[in-house]
Amino acid sequence: MSGFDRFSGSEMYIADDGLLSSVNAAVALERPLLVRGEPGTGKTMLAHAVAKALGKPLMTWHVKSTTQAKEGAYTYDVVQRLNDSRFPDEADRDVSDIRAYIKMGVLGRAFQAEEQVVLLIDEIDKADIEFPNDLLRELDEMAFYVPEIDETVSAKFRPITIITSNAEKELPTAFLRRCVFHYIEFPDRERLNKIVDAHLPELPSSLVEAAILRFYGLRKIEALRKKPSTSELLDWLVVLARSGASPEEIANRMPFLGTLIKNEKDLDTIAARKKQGLGLA
Amino acid sequence: MFDLLLFNIRTQGVKVGVGEWLVFLDGIARGLVVDLDGLYQFGRSILIQSETQFDSWDIAFDATFKGVELEPDISDQLLQWLADAQAPSGPPVDLDMSWEEMRKLFYERLKEQKERHDGGNKWIGTGGTSPFGSQGRTNRGIRVGPGGNRSALAVAGERRWSNHRADTQLDVRDFQVALRALRKLTRDGVPELDLDGTIRKTVDNGGDIDLDFTRAKENKVHLVLLLDTGGSMDPHARLVSQLFTAAMEVQGFRSVTTWHFHNVPYGVLYRDYRTADRVPIDEVLASMSSNHRLVWVGDASMAPWELFGRYHDGPWGGGEGRDGLNGLSWLRRIKEMCPASIWLNPDPVRYWAHPTVSTIGAIFSMFPLTLEGLQDAVRKLRSPV
Repeated sequence: MSGFDRFSGSEMYIADDGLLSSVNAAVALERPLLVRGEPGTGKTMLAHAVAKALGKPLMTWHVKSTTQAKEGAYTYDVVQRLNDSRFPDEADRDVSDIRAYIKMGVLGRAFQAEEQVVLLIDEIDKADIEFPNDLLRELDEMAFYVPEIDETVSAKFRPITIITSNAEKELPTAFLRRCVFHYIEFPDRERLNKIVDAHLPELPSSLVEAAILRFYGLRKIEALRKKPSTSELLDWLVVLARSGASPEEIANRMPFLGTLIKNEKDLDTIAARKKQGLGLA
Repeated sequence: MFDLLLFNIRTQGVKVGVGEWLVFLDGIARGLVVDLDGLYQFGRSILIQSETQFDSWDIAFDATFKGVELEPDISDQLLQWLADAQAPSGPPVDLDMSWEEMRKLFYERLKEQKERHDGGNKWIGTGGTSPFGSQGRTNRGIRVGPGGNRSALAVAGERRWSNHRADTQLDVRDFQVALRALRKLTRDGVPELDLDGTIRKTVDNGGDIDLDFTRAKENKVHLVLLLDTGGSMDPHARLVSQLFTAAMEVQGFRSVTTWHFHNVPYGVLYRDYRTADRVPIDEVLASMSSNHRLVWVGDASMAPWELFGRYHDGPWGGGEGRDGLNGLSWLRRIKEMCPASIWLNPDPVRYWAHPTVSTIGAIFSMFPLTLEGLQDAVRKLRSPV
């Protein structure tokens, strides 16, 4: 096993063996890595950690509901050109040069980079259902065609591509087949302790332990619509530490619950359970 | 040599294509996999594309490699030799040896070995082409010493992904994803500026701005839920309420309405059965268009007279059946008026042999109330009637 950069986690990013194996398989096979998992399990963080660990620049494409696949490649600013052609005195570029009006998107810049970059396509499921299909060729060949200038932009160095998805929409099979797939599981207690330790090393362990116990108790409640995630736990711990809450207080009262539970109905559910004297842990 | 794995995984209903299979073999040929743990992780990341299929993978993997990995008594000294493993160099080596032979040989070596070995082809050591030890180059073998934390077979055998299976696990979000596929987008919305069109027209116009408008996309589908309530449906209340929540929260439908009935509707549908707020079926039907999609939810099992009987004057029928139509005829009438209807049955398919279930199933296409069932149902609703 040699000839490619290997990722082994980082100080701030605690990954399990399965995730490391998937990342390295994706890097070695030059295929995009599709990462899925509950919100707050560190899907986006992974790309940052990989980029940092391998010492490569990170380029991020945040996908929104209105994002079109083509925007990632390039945009041709026709309106600006039209405007410049009518008012040439105000134009800051050469109207007769179409290239001046072609602006590369994130994909385009990643392909043109003079070194290998880590390309993060974040929350791909936010876009239209057909969006991933429109990216098939781009991700397969790491190239796209610009008809306006009759040129093909192809990657000088195939980017290490990491794609995240919250599974809001089913992704098309053709797309899935081209990816290395990894599902980030919710961390078990041991790994969660490590994660907390990596981010907040100065917290007293009695506080962390009490909070984590409570946290897993909350996650066990089936009726919750949105279970609290790792990132919310970290926020909660910071608030708890700043307020000087004692471990006993955390165990009995669960202060600052709003940091963990953000859904009104879920707060009601928990209040009702408290009233009924149902244990939470 | 992994043919059995491919066979097993396809038997589990996972459609592994030739493309992924070649990538998988390619990865192995490149030495990405050094032991069974690696094979488990690597194979899953390449061949499986959804956590709902992880359980199938576990079953297939377990079946393929059961008995391959051993946990023999290994001396601490041996483990120490292996602890700082040498990275392998050179191409992977194909071993022609059955697992049975290998197992025997392994125990023989274990008895005889007295010292550390790195890079050889016989002893338990690191690097090298012996099938035993750590970080070796052989395509298979018995791993001893550092590697993954837990054996792949222990992980596979645990089957902890079983609750992610698409045919059992359901939550509101899954329902929403499935329901969303029902949307039918058409350009009927509010007028908005069409930039491309404007540019085209402006150019045609010799450079003088000429605006072009188009209509925004809009979902035309009205979703109508018809829920069987009470009686034999009570055990399914949670499931139905999840579907209900999903339907109410899913965005983009022109409208979502819910009606209640018991067993089958007799002339009326209830907006709220506790307050007996009810509306004649004909009135409900009159308001429906070709963009309405009906989703019935019920177990469809009842006493035959409740379906075939000419009239029903229990608390649910309210006597409306007196006009001569029985429950079955009402169902037929609704289906005729609104053909885009399907029936979701929360009972497992094995209970569907009941006569009233098969009768209703002959009118409406019936699907189990599972994620897969709902997906199939949505597909059916989307296809032209």
